[in-house]
Amino acid sequence: VLIRPASSQESVLQPPCGPAGLPPAASQTVPLPFPMSHGTTTLAFLFQGGVLAAADTRSSCSGLVACPASQKIRPIHSHLVGTTSGTSADCALWKRILSRELRLYQLRHGRRLSTSGAGGGASADLGGTSGGLQKASPSSSGPGLWYVCSDGTRLRGSLFSVGSGSPYAYSILDQGVRWGLTVEEATSVAREAVYRAAHRDAWSGNCVDVYHVTSKGWTRRKREDLKEEYYREKGRQGR
Amino acid sequence: MLSSNAFVDPGKMKDYHYTGPVEHRFSPYSFNGGTVLAVAGEDFAIVASDTRLSEGYSIHSRDSPKCYKLTDTTVIGCSGFHGDCLTLTKIIDARLKMYKHSNNKTMTSGAIAAMLSTILYGRRFFPYYVYNIIGGLDEHGKGAVYSFDPVGSYQRDTYKAGGSASAMLQPLLDNQIGFKNMEGVQHVPLTQDKAVQLVKDVFISAAERDVYTGDALRVCIITKEGISEQTVPLRKD
Repeated sequence: VLIRPASSQESVLQPPCGPAGLPPAASQTVPLPFPMSHGTTTLAFLFQGGVLAAADTRSSCSGLVACPASQKIRPIHSHLVGTTSGTSADCALWKRILSRELRLYQLRHGRRLSTSGAGGGASADLGGTSGGLQKASPSSSGPGLWYVCSDGTRLRGSLFSVGSGSPYAYSILDQGVRWGLTVEEATSVAREAVYRAAHRDAWSGNCVDVYHVTSKGWTRRKREDLKEEYYREKGRQGR
Repeated sequence: MLSSNAFVDPGKMKDYHYTGPVEHRFSPYSFNGGTVLAVAGEDFAIVASDTRLSEGYSIHSRDSPKCYKLTDTTVIGCSGFHGDCLTLTKIIDARLKMYKHSNNKTMTSGAIAAMLSTILYGRRFFPYYVYNIIGGLDEHGKGAVYSFDPVGSYQRDTYKAGGSASAMLQPLLDNQIGFKNMEGVQHVPLTQDKAVQLVKDVFISAAERDVYTGDALRVCIITKEGISEQTVPLRKD
């Protein structure tokens, strides 16, 4: 999952340097004549039932919605899920590389690499690309959640939201997320957070994907169109 | 003819007034216009493109189609910068031959799509300025469309428009093929004849409103019998 801070939204035609304005490792000397696709809301948090990850499905390219049904949460293996934000091509390819490296590790060492190790591997590989990764998985030491950024930042935490819609998502998550949530309650909070972010952020929208990761593996909730939710709410308010 | 203006937004000519000293910088990119479209049906796929090659206010050619045949079951449509389109198709052809010689079989549409993604990403820091759409039949004989961004992000779709008129065509396809943004409509599966007619109508509309689209339309229809081509004239102005 690659997450890009909202501040670098303006740099559509600039080289894809790290979010903090650090000098890029491989700088772009040619100005791009086209915009890259990015803009998103993704979130993940830990709770007693494992890890929950949710994301919207809108892939935008400046003002155009390049794809209204993209997949921003991709499983890396049966127990590890990554969310993506930032340039989709970067995310897609680094995810593939990560899956390959984890599989090779598993074959060589006979056990899965922990999330922190996977995060370390990812951050060493990134550099020069744009985006952030959230990796969610339960490992032998319990569920783990890591935020990995293209400038090499690797943070462990229990709640993250990344993307242009993250401020809106944080407002819902900060009030609703507790350790003791049931799976239904956690799903409902995650859905609500993406819904509110999609409503207010221009670059997020369309549908919401929710993944739940436990020690038995990940399960995916059916993709839900947020337009229906919006009309249901309008109906409830009687407006 | 390469415009000497700095290419911040190629395809748009600057106003003819003196704004003060301007630094002229060479841009390796140019925008040659053109629109491509692909639709996947139950047992067929259609890849269509206009045949106009333009640059700035000029037309270089009225007969430069943007569909390239890759295998008996796959056609790629490339629009954007013509130089990169040509090189990219040459590279894809070479890679297809290499695969055929090493593996003794033809690449499937899905495999070509995955390979193209890595080829495009290989130039992440000096991208191919090409909008690609691959149309073909998958291993099960069903229609498949794969759409790409210039740096290799791709996914499988049912229909996609790319190129200069894509922003005008995509909503129309969403509505007519995807039955989106309508309520209470019966979802009728798309037949091949209806799809071909829709593609022709859609390009006629695009030629009306987009200056870079016009002259003629080349439609490639891919079925298990092979690839058949049709050429339909469009507005030449």
